[in-house]
This record gives sequence, C-alpha cells and structure tokens, in this order.
Amino acid sequence: MGGHLNINHLMFLGQGALWTIGLSVIALIGGGIVGFVIALARISPLKSVRIASAVYVQLIQGTPLLVILFLGYFGLAAIGLKVSPLAAAGASLTLYVAAYLGEIWRGCIQSVPKPQWEAAEGLALSRTQRMLKVILPQAIRIATPPTVGFMVQIVKNTSLASVVGFVELMRSGQIVNNSLFEPFAIYAIIAVIYFAMCYPLSLFSQRLERRMGRGRSNLAPA
Amino acid sequence: MQQNPSSDSIVSLRDVQKSFGSLRVLDGVSFAVERGEVLALIGRSGSGKSTALRCIDRFEKVDGGEIVVCGHRVDRPDVDLRALRQDVGIVFQSYNLFPHLTIEQNITLAPCAVKGLANSQAKDLARKVLAQVGLEEKLHAYPEQLSGGQQQRAAIARSLAMQPKVMLFDEVTSALDPELTAEVLKVIEQLAADGMTMVMVTHEMGFAKGIADRIVFMHRGKVHETGPASILTSPTTPELTQFVGTGNLKS
Repeated sequence: MGGHLNINHLMFLGQGALWTIGLSVIALIGGGIVGFVIALARISPLKSVRIASAVYVQLIQGTPLLVILFLGYFGLAAIGLKVSPLAAAGASLTLYVAAYLGEIWRGCIQSVPKPQWEAAEGLALSRTQRMLKVILPQAIRIATPPTVGFMVQIVKNTSLASVVGFVELMRSGQIVNNSLFEPFAIYAIIAVIYFAMCYPLSLFSQRLERRMGRGRSNLAPA
Repeated sequence: MQQNPSSDSIVSLRDVQKSFGSLRVLDGVSFAVERGEVLALIGRSGSGKSTALRCIDRFEKVDGGEIVVCGHRVDRPDVDLRALRQDVGIVFQSYNLFPHLTIEQNITLAPCAVKGLANSQAKDLARKVLAQVGLEEKLHAYPEQLSGGQQQRAAIARSLAMQPKVMLFDEVTSALDPELTAEVLKVIEQLAADGMTMVMVTHEMGFAKGIADRIVFMHRGKVHETGPASILTSPTTPELTQFVGTGNLKS
C-alpha cells in the first residue's frame, strides 16, 4: 500500500477513460436507436402508442440515473438474471438516453413548420415518404446541436456506472486512490480527463449552433 | 341563388358544415366547379373561404354535407387521400417549397415517389413545368435563392408536375408585393387559358374579375351571392356591394 503515483497508475486511469468512452458510445448508439423509435412513437397517429411512449419518457425522466443503474444491476440479479456490470450499465444508460434523446428529437421533428407537412401531403406523399424525404432531413439539421450538447451529459453520467462495479474512469480513480490515499491529486486528474473529453464536444456543439444561426433563413420560408 | 352541383362536376360541395369548436365556419355551403372552369372564392377575412378551399383537399374534415372531387367522396372517412391528392394540386400562400431540396428536386420528388416515374423522365418533366412558369434557369437553385414571386411560381410548377385535374390556390399572392403578384398572376392566367380547372381564394378583385368564370362571394360561412364575374360590378346584395365598394376592386 501507499507509494507514489507512477506510470502504471496513469495507464490504469487511461484504460478507465477508454471504458468511459466505450460506455458513452454504447449509450449513444443504443439510446439513439431506441430514442428514435420513442420520438416517432411520441407523434404517432395512434393514441395508445403516444400515451405509452409518453409514460416511458416521464418514468425515466422522473427517476435518478443512479436508481436506474441499481435496478439494472441488483434488481435483475434479485429476480435471477445475472448480468455483467457492462451489460447492466449499457442497458441502463440506453434506457436513460433514449428517454431524453426521444424528447429532444420529437421537439425537433415538430419544429419543422406545419405547412411543410401540408405541402408534402398535398403532393400525395405517404406518411413514411413525408417523414423520410421532407421532415427528417430538416429535423436533423435542427437536432444536431442539442444532440451533440446532450452527448456531454452522457459522457459525464457514465461516471455513475462506477456504483455497479463497472471500471470506467471514475471507478478506476477510486481504485487507484484506495492504494495511494491521495484523493485530491487523483480526483483532480480525473476531473481534467473528463474535461478533456467533454470540452471538445461542447465547442463542437457551439460551433454547430452558430452555423445553424447563419443558415436559419434556408430552414423555412416565412 | 345557390347552384345545384351536377354529377359531372370536377368539384362539388353540397350543404357543407364545419365548426371549429363553437365557431361555425361553414354553414351549409354549396357550389360546383365544371371541367375547365375557373372559380374565385371571395369574401372578408373569416368568411370561411379558405376553409371551404381546404375542405376540397381534405386538409379540414367536414362535420356534415357532401363533397365530391374528381369522383372521390371527400366527406367520407374512408376516402383514399393519396388518390384524391394525385387529382388535386394545391398552392399555398407561403409557397412551402422544401428548403433542403433544389427546385428540380422539389418538383421531381412526388412524381418519382408517388407515380414511380424514372429519374430521367422526372427531370424532363421538371424542365417542362418550369418552362411553363418561366423559371427554366432556376432548376438547380435552392428555394432561399429565389424571390417570393419565383418561389410561388416554382410551387405552382411543383403542383403541375403531378398533372392534377384541378388546381386549388389559397391566397397565393397575399405575401407578395404588386410587382411579384403580377408575375404570379400571369402564370395563373396562362393556366386558365390552357383550360386548367381552378378554384382560387383571392383578394385580387381585378384579377378575379378578369379570369374567373364564376364568383362565389362568402359571408359568415354561407355562399351569399354567386354568379359570373359581372356581379362584382353590379352586385345584388348589400354585403357584396359593401365588400367591393370598400376599395377591394382594383382596376
């Protein structure tokens, strides 16, 4: 025990950081796919589908991510399903991200002006064609800045996966600290690494927003 | 006063009722449009003329009455909307071109997606309809690069590409200044000369008088007076007299 921070500790933290990125990517892809379905379900012509998806969003948004992670790991174990920390964290984050991205994207789809839907309808396009060829291409442009912005939240929130024993950046920091007892130095390093991962995303999001602002006029005619 | 819709009409409304909440917007509206006829719907704001037009393409569902458009029973819940909208072209006040597509793509989208036209055929068609509205050189421009009048002409071309049997115009010049209005009206005049069946909601009384075969004057959700364009110069009801007398009749 004890000793000084050395290259091996830093390598261990680096490995944790890679898992943080890995978990973020899993959450983004899984949450993105489920979130897209949620966004479409929220504006479905079928009332039952709209209600079911709204209930899902409300349930997830009204529950702390920490609780969802505990439910995913210990809850499933309690009913006899043994899941690995990675699977539990990946699944929990997917459910969490899907609820938020679903709501963000629903808003973006609905912010495409209604006359655009009507013009597409007037040309006899089917609902799927209207969505794919007219609405989504415009909605994606609106959705890009807030989606990139939300990715920052995902990266930071993966730190909660440490509670189910998944060794990402936060957990690897705790492990290193358990042997070195230098919490300030170690958590400062971890903070810097998180910042180094999130700041480029924030900058990217801001740049996208500025570019959107310039191109606003070609989004919708009056 | 009201004409009985005949069975060979392209568009016929019979005793159409429509309310928004407690507000009765259409209160027993009947009129018919024959093949090749140009009908102008006029009236004050809130008289129900735009709602009547939108009911024809079922952008509004009616509460009662009968609407038949090119053989489609539009008032029935089981109407085939996509078939109806292949027969009916509609042009809006705010153009509503798709901003992420070029003018050519705006025009070819529906013929390719709905009618299954090959890309090369659709492109030929786009050139043809753009020539009709005098915009051949804007094939590859994006809507934002066009003036309001050009955008509206492109929107008309986009509708024409679906080869509709009847065209609906919903205050298509209301967002344009007089000069741009003139270039759009010229296109519509040419369509009328080519024999296109048209229903238009308009505030351009001079234009309505010049182009319309028949005028329907709406007042408080009812067809208040109807007849040939000459009723604009010699109205029989006090309401139409007042309407055309309040500076609406542009020469």
